[in-house]
Amino acid sequence: MSNLLGHYNYWIVIVLMMTGFYIVIARPNLIKKVIGLFIFQTSVFILFISMAKIEGGSAPIIEEGISVYSNPLPHVLILTAIVVSLATTALGLALIVRIREAYGTTNEDEIHVQDEQD
Amino acid sequence: MEHFIDIVLLGLLMITGFAIVRLRSLLAVTMLTSIYSLLSAALFVVLDAVDVALTEAAIGAGISTILMLATIAQTTDREKVPRHTPLLPLIVVITTGAALIYGTLDMPHYGDPDAPVHRHMAAAYLHDTPLEIGVPNVVTSVLASYRGYDTLGEVTVIFTAGIGVLALLGYHTRRQNIQPPGIKKIVVLRVIAKLFLPLILLFALYILFHGDYGPGGGFQAGVIFATGFILYALAFGLGNAQRLIPQRLLHGLAAAGVLIYAAVGIEGMLLGGKFLEYRVLADDPVTGQHLGIMLIELGVGITVAAVMLIIYFGFVSRQNSGDS
Repeated sequence: MSNLLGHYNYWIVIVLMMTGFYIVIARPNLIKKVIGLFIFQTSVFILFISMAKIEGGSAPIIEEGISVYSNPLPHVLILTAIVVSLATTALGLALIVRIREAYGTTNEDEIHVQDEQD
Repeated sequence: MEHFIDIVLLGLLMITGFAIVRLRSLLAVTMLTSIYSLLSAALFVVLDAVDVALTEAAIGAGISTILMLATIAQTTDREKVPRHTPLLPLIVVITTGAALIYGTLDMPHYGDPDAPVHRHMAAAYLHDTPLEIGVPNVVTSVLASYRGYDTLGEVTVIFTAGIGVLALLGYHTRRQNIQPPGIKKIVVLRVIAKLFLPLILLFALYILFHGDYGPGGGFQAGVIFATGFILYALAFGLGNAQRLIPQRLLHGLAAAGVLIYAAVGIEGMLLGGKFLEYRVLADDPVTGQHLGIMLIELGVGITVAAVMLIIYFGFVSRQNSGDS
């Protein structure tokens, strides 16, 4: 039972991660793929933040009377990662807009068919 | 109680994730993605990561959703049924997932204070921050001072993303004010937008300069600042928004932020310290740290706000310029 509670966060994170991964590899729509990637990224954020948590700890803002703080280092890493995830999302979506202008579709299967015809 | 909230939020995240897989309307999927992001922001608060929560709410639930909606407006919101069977992807996903779950069995339990991750640098940062940096928010002190190099790289990434979107989508300045005809009639939206704009900008400044003491900082402030102008563009049309804040000014600001950051680093070198060493910026080391952190946060905020607006205008102005 303690194993279940102790690993609950990590297991759910893996389920979320695989949900995103499934969307990326199984769905032909490019926008959906970017959304899948977004879900994958967010699940990684949750994994890191879960590891930073200390039982009974507080947010890492120094205050008198508080002795236990959660680990601030993963917080910094993930803050950075969120900003990078926005950069990748924006670039991915911009590419999709251009692909749509060139091919008239956002469906990967149809893009392959058009490429083979050329 | 904390555990209970944690379990419920993660459960909700899982349900949202499955709904995103099943739904075929991309508009609905985008809304669910925004909810997914907001739920994870709530989870971050429960897990004591308040700075991360603020960032996730502003970037994940806010700007990302706007960009996805702008993309869908230019493409299509129906997802076609895939032509392959989902069998092979399912096998791949389940195998990978099983391997990862096997990997977690060795991990220290959730909330364990003796986990290796808490043993090394974290304790030193928590102990030294009040003495060396003098700001209560340890996340800010690590982000802006101890790991200032990384954050400089980060701002450069954002700047590069802005350039990338500009290169891909270009920009079109609108002389006429193009706006969906329906929005003009909604008086409530226009009045609220006008009332909220100064409040949003003020709040962004608060987040920027209060980042030393509470959750916040340049990244979050920049995004919130940009949201104010995006709201204005939505309510009053793109042409008006571009007149209010011209494209060339944005290009200049995006570069200026990175340069302010780098200049603070070089100023430290000129005063006899190392690159990005803030102690030498003032007579008293702690005051120097305060000054350094404030200046680089300002640089980060300026770049992030400008790049967000460049990206947003890039997407939306292309949409309005038709299929040229």
